Amino acid sequence: MEQSLAARIAANPDYQRLKTTRSTFGWLLTFAMLIVYYGFIILIAFKKDVLAAKIGSGVMTWGIPIGFGVIVFTILITAIYVRRANSEFDALSEKIKAEVLK
Amino acid sequence: MIRVRSLLSHAAGVATLALLSAPALAAGGDLGTAEKQATNWTAIVMFALFVVLTLFITKWAAAKTKSAADFYTAGGGITGFQNGLAIAGDYMSAASFLGISAAVMISGYDGLIYSIGFLVGWPILTFLMAERLRNLGKFTFADVAAFRFAQTPVRVFAASGTLVVVAFYLIAQMVGAGQLIKLLFGLDYWIAVVIVGVLMMVYVLFGGMTATTWVQIIKACLLLGGASFMAFMVMWRYGFSPEAMFAAAVEVKTKLASSIAGTTPEAAAAKGQAIMGPGTFIKDPISAISFGMALMFGTAGLPHILMRFFTVPSAKEARKSVMWATGWIGYFYLLTFIIGFGAITFVLTNPEFLDAKGTLIGGNNMAAVHLARAVGGNVFLGFISAVAFATILAVVAGLTLSGASAVSHDLYSTVLKGGKADSASELKVSRITTICLGIIAVLLGIAFEKQNIAFMVSLAFAVAASANFPVLFMSVLWKDCTTRGAVIGGFLGLASSVLLTILSPSVWEATLGYPVGSAPFPYTSPALFSMTLGFAGIWLFSILDKSPRASIDRAGFPAQEVRSETGIGASEASAH
Repeated sequence: MEQSLAARIAANPDYQRLKTTRSTFGWLLTFAMLIVYYGFIILIAFKKDVLAAKIGSGVMTWGIPIGFGVIVFTILITAIYVRRANSEFDALSEKIKAEVLK
Repeated sequence: MIRVRSLLSHAAGVATLALLSAPALAAGGDLGTAEKQATNWTAIVMFALFVVLTLFITKWAAAKTKSAADFYTAGGGITGFQNGLAIAGDYMSAASFLGISAAVMISGYDGLIYSIGFLVGWPILTFLMAERLRNLGKFTFADVAAFRFAQTPVRVFAASGTLVVVAFYLIAQMVGAGQLIKLLFGLDYWIAVVIVGVLMMVYVLFGGMTATTWVQIIKACLLLGGASFMAFMVMWRYGFSPEAMFAAAVEVKTKLASSIAGTTPEAAAAKGQAIMGPGTFIKDPISAISFGMALMFGTAGLPHILMRFFTVPSAKEARKSVMWATGWIGYFYLLTFIIGFGAITFVLTNPEFLDAKGTLIGGNNMAAVHLARAVGGNVFLGFISAVAFATILAVVAGLTLSGASAVSHDLYSTVLKGGKADSASELKVSRITTICLGIIAVLLGIAFEKQNIAFMVSLAFAVAASANFPVLFMSVLWKDCTTRGAVIGGFLGLASSVLLTILSPSVWEATLGYPVGSAPFPYTSPALFSMTLGFAGIWLFSILDKSPRASIDRAGFPAQEVRSETGIGASEASAH
């Protein structure tokens, strides 16, 4: 890519908006994932009995829904990012391309 | 009954005889051998069908594989959905299918903790890397890592990182394949390893990425289908009530515990209930966090996985692929959890599957295989055995392709020929490398037959997290990163992760045979330390770098950033 084109894109306000919004969103979700996973690991390392505690009178423990919850959360958070990126961010990206490449 | 005995007789030996019913005994030793062949044929015929189908696909793919780009990325024409399945097929190894269901059968909840670690890297890869990789790269992750840097040193580093990860991952798969096939098909270990080596060479050599992708897609569908059926049958038995399934499993474990002399009913009940919560898997917090880091960030540094992002035409499709992959892999781990509990209630209670000492015939890793017979009879047992074999083939083909690309694209074409190699000679080098890697993999697979290789996959993840991931991450996201910083930091991460693994109990004590407790590095995984060292090295040697090259590296960041964010200028990467 020519440097001038890169500089033109970098100066485009829509590009600035895309970069900031997407990177903030990406990092936010990254931290959410780190907190959920390492929260789970720290719970196992220090508070095993919380996960081993029974929910009701049966054998079911809190650990099962929490563990399954981490798996479902992982899939959902990925879906949330991809949904927003494939609609909002890509539309913005196309707009920038149309503006600078015309 | 006769069939189970015959299938596994060579592995289980005479001990099984004690458990056999009258007809089996009446059949006698000679008939046992004949029956062994009869049962093997079910699995072998199904596996042969898979091989014939994949060879036809390879033939079709070979006609399409004309340039280096076709070989590395299938011409960039794979859709997001297809690539998602292929990534899942690349990632779900036989070890995770058989190993995790066995871990759940033995210790219940701990198996779930283990499998979650293999899933949580995917969102990180999605949020921070996937689309940037697609926008910057062409064939290998070194294209991205070396985008604005001096090509030779960064490519040499990236190729080293790739080959180390591929080597350990490949040995683990080969040894696993040999052991498994010996058990399932009754073939000799070395024959099994040679079959895997030859087939993987044929797929990659002739069909390149196109054939590898389709082998992975077919395998993913077979594995997900088979595992879904098993989980469905287990849940069906308990009226789709998780509580009923867990209660039955706890009862089985309680009974097993109370059969040990001197166990009080209270202690036995506690032991039974223990499978419903975390046990001994996490020994100390440092090991837990370190291992978690290796799995989480290692996923984003596995060369054969990263390479798959170059097979799709756009960043949008790259995101779709990782979405599908995460969904399928997460679903698969939920299934293995149910399969593991199913193994407790269906397999551990059935003397047909146990030897005289009450342990599983063929070892604990046979949990899912025995369950397959318990819920679906001999035909389904053959199907699952064939799927396990196919699973290994799909993973090793992806690894070989990735190793061959590192040698031909990064070392030969870019370093040796200064980027001026033509597509035909690059393709030729890839194919020669594929043959070499195939031969090396077979030889190492045979050499490591009797070794304890449990550490190898976690070492591959640790290296990926400590060397490949930091370099990729910093080169793409940190403007002040320089060639010198990336190369020194990357090699520090690589060397320290390998060294600390050797000094850890899983190699020092389990493989090298030093006494228990003597390992100089006490933790399960080195990632917490080696990954930190990798990042710190990149940072320190970059900020200290005042060379002329460093100014070029830093000056190249704005243009790289624009392309990584928008994909403008990346179109030629897919329009081969």
